[in-house]
Amino acid sequence: MSAQTPEQSGIPFWRDERYLNVLAQILVFALVAGLLYSLWYNMNRSLEALGLPLSLKFLKINASFDIGEKLISYGREDTYLRAYLVGVLNTIQVAVLGVIFATILGTIIGVARLSTNWIVNRLATWYVELFRNIPLLVFLIFWYQGVFLKFPDVRNAIQVGGVYLSQRGIAFPWGIPTDTFRTYLYILGFGVVVSIIAAVLMYRQGQKTGRMPLISLWVPLIWLVTGVIGWFVLPQAPLTFTYPQLPEKGFNIIGGRVFSPEFMALLSGLVLYTAAFIGEVVRAGIQAVSKGQVEAARALGLNGFQTLRLVVFPQALRVIVPPLTSQYLNLTKNSSLAIAIGYPDIVHVYGTIINQSGRAVEMTAIMMATYLTFSLLTSAFMNWYNKRIRLVER
Amino acid sequence: MTSVTNQRDVLPPPSERSTALGWVLKNLLNTWYNSLLTLAALAILFLILRGAITWAFTTARWAVIPANLRLFFVGQYPSQIPGEPDQIWRIWLDIYLLAAIIGLSWGVWVKRREIVSWVLTAAPLLVALIPFSPRVRLQIVAISLVGILFWWIGKRWEQRLQRFTLTLWIAYFPVAVLIINGIGPEYDPAVQALLPVVPSRFWGGLLLSILLAIVGIVFSFPIGVVLALGRQSELPVLRTLSVLYIEFIRGVPLISLLFMGQVMLPLFMPPNVNPDRVVRAMVAIVMFAAAYLAENVRGGLQAISKGQYEAAYALGLNGFQTMLYIVLPQALRTVIPVLVGQFIALFKDTSLVAIVGLLDLLGIARSVIANPKFIGTQREVFLFISLFYFVFSYALSYASRRLETALGVGQR
Repeated sequence: MSAQTPEQSGIPFWRDERYLNVLAQILVFALVAGLLYSLWYNMNRSLEALGLPLSLKFLKINASFDIGEKLISYGREDTYLRAYLVGVLNTIQVAVLGVIFATILGTIIGVARLSTNWIVNRLATWYVELFRNIPLLVFLIFWYQGVFLKFPDVRNAIQVGGVYLSQRGIAFPWGIPTDTFRTYLYILGFGVVVSIIAAVLMYRQGQKTGRMPLISLWVPLIWLVTGVIGWFVLPQAPLTFTYPQLPEKGFNIIGGRVFSPEFMALLSGLVLYTAAFIGEVVRAGIQAVSKGQVEAARALGLNGFQTLRLVVFPQALRVIVPPLTSQYLNLTKNSSLAIAIGYPDIVHVYGTIINQSGRAVEMTAIMMATYLTFSLLTSAFMNWYNKRIRLVER
Repeated sequence: MTSVTNQRDVLPPPSERSTALGWVLKNLLNTWYNSLLTLAALAILFLILRGAITWAFTTARWAVIPANLRLFFVGQYPSQIPGEPDQIWRIWLDIYLLAAIIGLSWGVWVKRREIVSWVLTAAPLLVALIPFSPRVRLQIVAISLVGILFWWIGKRWEQRLQRFTLTLWIAYFPVAVLIINGIGPEYDPAVQALLPVVPSRFWGGLLLSILLAIVGIVFSFPIGVVLALGRQSELPVLRTLSVLYIEFIRGVPLISLLFMGQVMLPLFMPPNVNPDRVVRAMVAIVMFAAAYLAENVRGGLQAISKGQYEAAYALGLNGFQTMLYIVLPQALRTVIPVLVGQFIALFKDTSLVAIVGLLDLLGIARSVIANPKFIGTQREVFLFISLFYFVFSYALSYASRRLETALGVGQR
């Protein structure tokens, strides 16, 4: 049977779905393009009127504002571009540290939610409910203004172990690199290589004999041992430690490393908040593994640890990873609330640059592109990882 | 001979009934590490509670709350337009109407007497916890009575009122906003005298937070449904455009959209159009909510089995009719609880407008703290507004769980 043309089938073209589909698409496309064009046209006209036509040249102008916290060298005489880069790195710093700590705390909360101990269980539930029902921004501002800024002044700093809490920030004992620090980094790199080689060898051995060794345990162990040996082999220890001390006079803690209250409030606030959500993700993941799996594993003669490592954990992970990714992304995006407590992240630097240069359109585009890149990179990585651990269907 | 044991030596069967001590032993002290955990948890709880209670009853200066109560609720909603009475009555009117509709719907659909006991517990609690003035307390009592009255009416004429109540819900939102906003002089001068315009820059406090969330969910709903359908569509142009929009919005933080709304929206508009700050924030929130809503609706669409489509085609419905009459009603029904969840999230997210300078509940709180008269009261003020956000979100999520059971989602 040959394909009928609309003429042959007798359907007028305005009721033929094939024509309609194409027509609808052209129409929608034209509408969207028209809308975008009119926005673009209006924007250019307004910018002309303001005397600020679109251009990225302003990024090379001197920023002439200070940024309190920076991971790379930066001064007032540097460019806007470099100022923005400082903001980006600050955001990455908070996001990476936040993800690590939130995962740890979140796992604890998730397991506590499943505890048979009534008090632990209730505490974890209240914790989750509390953070799920209060806006992060309200919590962050409260946490910063109501807790971190209400610490006593430096003279009366609260001491917890070697850590000092004061209005001026939180001082930790900190290592200062010595002359041999660079060599030590090489040794650590060498350790990575050794442990990778060891992992490959162990994997081959496991394939051959059918008894796979605990690679994920041995690899960090080997690396750790190289690190420890390196530390003592070097003529001088690679780090000397300084401990914070209260000042005799003046207003700053001496020694150690002081983290600003803004940074600490943002980091701990994000961690506490995200942990509640990660806790729910972890709980759901563990509960998703059916009881029969555990029973079957025990019936096969696996012991408790093996059951957890070989049966429960891999299956729970499969459920946990996708929502966990979105929590990581949320944490990164939520770090943009730093502007409310004065930590110089992307949005904070963005705001300052706009106020000074008036380049709202360009800067907004750059900022959104930055966050989009973070999101796309994270989800690309997580998709890859997800594909690796997903169920292999037969 | 041991075959016959003395009856008195036999232990009684273990009692099924649990005693308080037995419960404690079983749930808190069954193993040594559980006992340790219990002790640690109790210690943490004790430390937190002791600190909090000591602070709340000794150091805290709660006077800041009653002094600014009106600000927290309605912001700078004008108490005085020259030559007019206090405009607050319009807010009250909205609340009375809402109480009536809630009461009516409860009577028509749920019917259970619970609402009476709920209102009878909630109203006194509200009055007791928040230091309202006596007049406001009277109003709250009156509102509760209105709610109960309409519950009774709804229950009495349940059959006749069902459709009417649904219409009321749909009409309520525009009417409520109209009452708050007022009517411009270019329309009816008689009504204008009664409801003079209150520009949205005067809206604030809890009122603004709730309005932003409602506007966000109401306007983003049609956009979100269209986007979800577009993403599911087989037409490549529609699909690509929807995916681009959804992924773009979900990839950037809300605060960047709000900034875009504040600094870029005026540039996008023709020269004579200049939306005010609240409207700009609303645009950003709607854009944001639409993308997330689209993903939720898509979840509902994917839950519809293929047989439904096939059956619809077999009955001779075309693609559009299939969507409108068969797929969407089922899909939207499954996502209603999720949408309530999204509304809660949106309500919390509206607090971000404080960063771009709007005076919502959080923005008002910040301006109250900045007042030299109340300096140093961050904890009191933030705890107070957190309580609001918490109660509101918790109540809504409880309602959504009830709704889920009532709709039987997940049980078919």
